[in-house]
Amino acid sequence: MPEPLLSIKDLVVEFGTEDGVVHAVDGISYDVLPGEILGIVGESGSGKSVSTMSILGLIPQPPGRIPSGVAMFKGQDLLKMKKRQLRSFRGDEVAMVFQDPMTSLNPVLKIGNQLGEMIKTHYPKVRDETVKARVIDLMKMVGIPNPETRYDQYPHEFSGGMRQRAMIAMSIANAPSLLIADEPTTALDVTIQAQVLEVLKNVQAETQAATILITHDLGIVAELCDRVIVMYAGKIVEHGDVHTIFQNPRHPYTIGLMDSLPKLTEDEEWLRPIPGQPPSLINRPAGCAFHPRCFLSQGRLECREEVPPLRPADGGPGHATACHFAEELIGRHSKFTEPVTAGGAS
Amino acid sequence: MTEIEPSAKPIQLNENVAPVEQPIQPGMMPAPYGIDATVAAGLEIRSRSQWDYARRRFFRHRLAMVGLIGLVIVFGAGIFANFVAPYSFSEIDLNNILAPPTTHAHHFFGTDSIGRDYFSRVIWGIRTSMEVGIIVALASSVVGLIVGTISGYYGGWIDNLLMRITDLVLTLPALAILLTAAALLGAGNQWRTTFILAAFFWTGIARIVRGIFLSLREKEYVEAAKASGAGDLRIMFRHMIPNTMGPIIVNGTLAVGVAIVTEAALSFLGFGIKPPTPSLGVLVSEAQTNPQQWWLTIFPGLTIVLIVLFVNFVGDGLRDALDPQQRRVRA
Repeated sequence: MPEPLLSIKDLVVEFGTEDGVVHAVDGISYDVLPGEILGIVGESGSGKSVSTMSILGLIPQPPGRIPSGVAMFKGQDLLKMKKRQLRSFRGDEVAMVFQDPMTSLNPVLKIGNQLGEMIKTHYPKVRDETVKARVIDLMKMVGIPNPETRYDQYPHEFSGGMRQRAMIAMSIANAPSLLIADEPTTALDVTIQAQVLEVLKNVQAETQAATILITHDLGIVAELCDRVIVMYAGKIVEHGDVHTIFQNPRHPYTIGLMDSLPKLTEDEEWLRPIPGQPPSLINRPAGCAFHPRCFLSQGRLECREEVPPLRPADGGPGHATACHFAEELIGRHSKFTEPVTAGGAS
Repeated sequence: MTEIEPSAKPIQLNENVAPVEQPIQPGMMPAPYGIDATVAAGLEIRSRSQWDYARRRFFRHRLAMVGLIGLVIVFGAGIFANFVAPYSFSEIDLNNILAPPTTHAHHFFGTDSIGRDYFSRVIWGIRTSMEVGIIVALASSVVGLIVGTISGYYGGWIDNLLMRITDLVLTLPALAILLTAAALLGAGNQWRTTFILAAFFWTGIARIVRGIFLSLREKEYVEAAKASGAGDLRIMFRHMIPNTMGPIIVNGTLAVGVAIVTEAALSFLGFGIKPPTPSLGVLVSEAQTNPQQWWLTIFPGLTIVLIVLFVNFVGDGLRDALDPQQRRVRA
């Protein structure tokens, strides 16, 4: 395995609130390899965004706290870095694409100037004409037509898809080696989503920036990602490469997520959601956090009392799951079907 | 800067995308529509900023235009006092003492009790009052902006400290303090009066700016700026302060009027600017000794009223024009 670009170990992020401590991220570890697209999926509140925001120092402290964890990026621990040093990383080495392009652009600045700002922030000595030429190149790169005209326009003159393209252009302005896309298409309608994803994919291919794609859309994961991390209640419950996760899921939550997608191949009358609500992160269920909603657990004692460790699974190299009874899932792709004993299992 | 070779060519479409009925063109743009169609047709596009829209709204605001023209005339007279006024403000014409308004010897507004041309004194008075008003408005806006910015951006104890100081200044009975301060520092100097007024006027702006900053701080583009490595100063100056300019301009404008009235009140009470320097308040104050000579009160008094009225018209017009919520153009 190549040297990871970003290596997160035992990251814990908590928020102190009036009701108690929210354990938003609870001891997660993962690596991001150079040039890969890593998907992080999970429900709202599973800690997907917080885990990445925290390594960039973007969670407000207080109420946020990072009591433990290491985030090695190019040989330096981001979590131990001085504020100023971390700031020079943000937007240069590590860049973010935000969820809502409607609100992530400053309404009083021209698009071109906002893009240029990104370069100027980190390279104040670059001449204005150079910056402008670079910005226009970037705009071309993400498929914004008439960049010379668009350069002088304001965000309110851009459509949603165009704004998200501008956001993507902004994020790659300084050729980052790590790109974090936090639900980049959630705020867009489906046809525009496809275009923006395509832009993201091409930009990624061109810049070879490792990308962390945070999403709750499994379709996007299947389309774009090389590897997937599934998070639930602040923990990683399963990770592996994208084929493994989709073909040999070994965690009931992952299976539940896939069951809840409408399928084109079956004549379904109802959606099949995972029953119940995501757990409160203040009072997490004892044992496996997923057990109250799990179809596999059936109230077994281990599920209720023992926190399942993340352990290697059979799906392929790098595949791991945090389920006591992962073996029972071999050959099973849905809660609703019986295990296929002949195929499936490897 | 680490250069990545920017590709001038539009991004090529990958074949593996979900099947779409019509093949998407290279560059993945749908057929040009809207603005792009206009550009494609070779037509020129003029990009309109919020300021352009505001300017258009402002210039269509009838009352604001009345106010603006009025202010240009009155303040113009003050600025060019040395050309407009037929006499200097202290020149004495012993042949005409307490003369009523007449065109004789250009005493359009008459003369005062020692024969000084009252028209000239009002014009010079406008200049003094105008200077006080504008400088107070500018200085208090700048101070208020700084205090409000720091308070709203950083929050926490520093916000608490600054806001308690602001509250303190606000709770002080302004007139009493102004009188005391004027008495302690000595009345008479125009700049001293300006300073005292400015020391009271910044609180309003500070509170407004803080309020706006508190809401702006939560905006995603501020977070995005943070995520792109911008420092506090850059975020404040590039991203946040421009978004507060509307209310600040409106308030600053209105402050000019209030400052002029307050200066007049102070001078009227004898604690502001001291004769012989004429300010509008000084003139009204002096007129008390000759209550029969109506012109001595009416002309400076009316001028104060007009200035404040015009300033408020312009302020209201700006408020309507700069409020982005309001798209309606007043007829």
